[in-house]
Amino acid sequence: MAEAPREAWITGIGIVSCLGEGLDAHWQGFADKTRVIDAESFPPFIVHPLAPIDFDKQIPKRGDQRQMEPWQRIGTYAAGLALDSAGAKGNTALLGRMDMIVAAGGGERDEAVDAAIMSELPKAAKPDQFLNDRLMSDLRPTLFLAQLSNLLAGNVSIVHGVTGSSRTFMGEELASIDALQITLGRIASGQSDITLVGGSYNAERSDAVMLYEFGGYCLEGEFRPVWEREPKGGFALGSLGAFIVVESRTHAQGRGVKPIARLSAATSGYSSRTNPHGIENELARLWTRIAPALTLDGAAVISGASGAAQATAAERQFLSQHPELPVRATATLIGHGIEPQMVMNVALAAMAVNRGTLFPPCGGASFEQPMERPLKQVVVTGVGHWRGEGLALVEAVD
Amino acid sequence: MASTRDKSGRPVVVVTGMGVVTSLGAGKEDNWEKLTAGKSGIRAIKRFSTEGLKTRIAGTVDFVPVDPLTSPALAGKLADMAAEEAVAQSGIGSKGQFPGPLFLAVAPVEVEWPQRMEVAKASGANDQVSYADLIRAAASGRFKHYHDRFQFSSVADALLTKFGTEGAPVSLSTACASGASAIQLGFEAIRRGETDAALCVATDGSVNVESLIRFSLLSALSMSNDPPEGASKPFSKNRDGFVMAEGAGALVLESYEGAKARGAKILGVLAGCGELADSFHRTRSSPDGKPIVGCMRNALDDAGLTPADIDYINAHGTSTPENDKMECSCVITVFGERAKKIPISSNKSMIGHTLSAAGAIEAVVTLLTLEHQRIPPTINYNIPDPTITLDVVPNAARDAKMQRAISNSFGFGGQNVSLVLALEPA
Repeated sequence: MAEAPREAWITGIGIVSCLGEGLDAHWQGFADKTRVIDAESFPPFIVHPLAPIDFDKQIPKRGDQRQMEPWQRIGTYAAGLALDSAGAKGNTALLGRMDMIVAAGGGERDEAVDAAIMSELPKAAKPDQFLNDRLMSDLRPTLFLAQLSNLLAGNVSIVHGVTGSSRTFMGEELASIDALQITLGRIASGQSDITLVGGSYNAERSDAVMLYEFGGYCLEGEFRPVWEREPKGGFALGSLGAFIVVESRTHAQGRGVKPIARLSAATSGYSSRTNPHGIENELARLWTRIAPALTLDGAAVISGASGAAQATAAERQFLSQHPELPVRATATLIGHGIEPQMVMNVALAAMAVNRGTLFPPCGGASFEQPMERPLKQVVVTGVGHWRGEGLALVEAVD
Repeated sequence: MASTRDKSGRPVVVVTGMGVVTSLGAGKEDNWEKLTAGKSGIRAIKRFSTEGLKTRIAGTVDFVPVDPLTSPALAGKLADMAAEEAVAQSGIGSKGQFPGPLFLAVAPVEVEWPQRMEVAKASGANDQVSYADLIRAAASGRFKHYHDRFQFSSVADALLTKFGTEGAPVSLSTACASGASAIQLGFEAIRRGETDAALCVATDGSVNVESLIRFSLLSALSMSNDPPEGASKPFSKNRDGFVMAEGAGALVLESYEGAKARGAKILGVLAGCGELADSFHRTRSSPDGKPIVGCMRNALDDAGLTPADIDYINAHGTSTPENDKMECSCVITVFGERAKKIPISSNKSMIGHTLSAAGAIEAVVTLLTLEHQRIPPTINYNIPDPTITLDVVPNAARDAKMQRAISNSFGFGGQNVSLVLALEPA
């Protein structure tokens, strides 16, 4: 095992969010600082709704679409975009040995069924039997599969034919931090030649707002950039899908594919959140693995800061120690999509280094500085709202 | 002395600690005794009313008190018990300091009905309750504990805190193959040289009313409620679905080199892992069996073995009409004429289908099978299915000479994982 680690290239990207679909729409959206928010549906909380998408373009069978709740449709769509972008779509032999790691949460509830049961159950003569009867008669049999965490991967296998392997990681923000770390480890060591990695999130759902607001994490009231949400803090959940194709350089060259960027590092960490400096210490530990590769005049940070009070304050404190690196917190524009967020930001980093320019500050002018010089490297950060940290390094390929 | 590297120069991975909890009991000893005695852990569900339900049985773990009971709380407790047993047996690290990462297979987590009703009540909404009311109640700040409880990462967080595993934990789900995937991830990390040890845990405590009904609505569950212990009957002609069950399995994986260096007792070798996804259907296997066949072959290839090297098959064997038929035909494809001579048995006949935990629990049982040179039976095999022509070790445990075994796990969403397990070479 003395062989040198293999270089990993990002050769395909598929992203959708409130800014639209694909790299050009996102480039434009970040250039224009387009603000797409929905403050009406879940008052007083704010979410970033998905841009209108014609799902037929990536999920041609309506029967397949009907088997999916929105989060699965968003993800299956984004995965299709990524495979198109990597020149892999429809290449049965390649897809048959392509690995897949999906970062997933749980799916949507049927809110109408839940509301009817919640309303009537307290009045039922036999509440237990009432619940049984109503769930048996009102739950759609297919809803289970449309919610089930590993069925986004299952749908990507069915719709796009990716079958080399299929793994679904969970654990909120850590899901895609872990997914990237293991994807890169497997490619660098030769355990995989090509991996589709990503996930999706549907923010336009009450059960998600409820779950995160249990912990007081949702952004309420007036919209503000991620860095300007203190003291309560809060994230605006964002509907988004993000998949990337990561491939060994040799494998990509063998099939004549050009890189969008290099995935040079993907680290994961886990701080003690009861330690007041736990997050900063953990980020500092991960930073030491990336720092030797950084050339400061061409590097920037694309931050996964969500606005969650403790996580974002600690990350800001940490990044303040590296003032030479301009920072962009993308969640100001696209919101926080929990599980796939790290992959989304790696995709945006790949886009930026590929174009050689960092997009303008997203908001929070005092902290996000313009960057005029050419961009060659991006450190991507991910700090979970409750648990987990990660840093990745994305570099331009000369 | 056996080599610590395989033919490709990769570290050989061994098992040095194992733990298990099922409806049969806690610990390897108790489970092994009952599994080889052909005892069933399936019983009538007492945890909630089954009035009006078609399936009223499960392999619930009722002897572990958890209050308040939620699926992640029970899953966490079961995982803790299994991991405790595994780590203690391995003797690795020191208390609260496990020298490697945690890979945890865990069922999807969501707010459950008792909690949803509690929040609904707290909202003060009268008559019609909507999610807007729940969100308002959530914003009161009175339910912060439910945020923490219903995060997917909460189960791993508790394990990491107690056992002191290194780095970020990986929580994963590959449906009913999850337990095997957790082991595979640990195996790969050791092979990459990233770590010398990994704690691989798989747990499931999902027998709650809505989960049971969801599987029931997919027509996946046995409705043979009476007697409960007769319901799970893999490979029988009258099999009519699987039986939901709870439990946890844990394995301490180590590099052979590291384990030998610290003088650890080697419980077995994880010789290879195979995986192949199926793009045919959300719940059904491809009729040509290619993904399952390819999965088993990938595992054998990964182990550098051929079908002739396998002495026992620990079946996925769910007791659904489709799974058992497919698994049988795929075993025949992979093992050819020899298939009929290789004993294959289903632990699920006794412990039910422990879903996310099954792959790890069955890996533990497979290693016990090799250690004891004795095969736990497939019980409830009273009406043979003439189309299943394998030696299913019917109804009674049997001694056999075995060096290597394969353990299969298949799941909804086209998930297939096979593990090849072996005794330590002399």
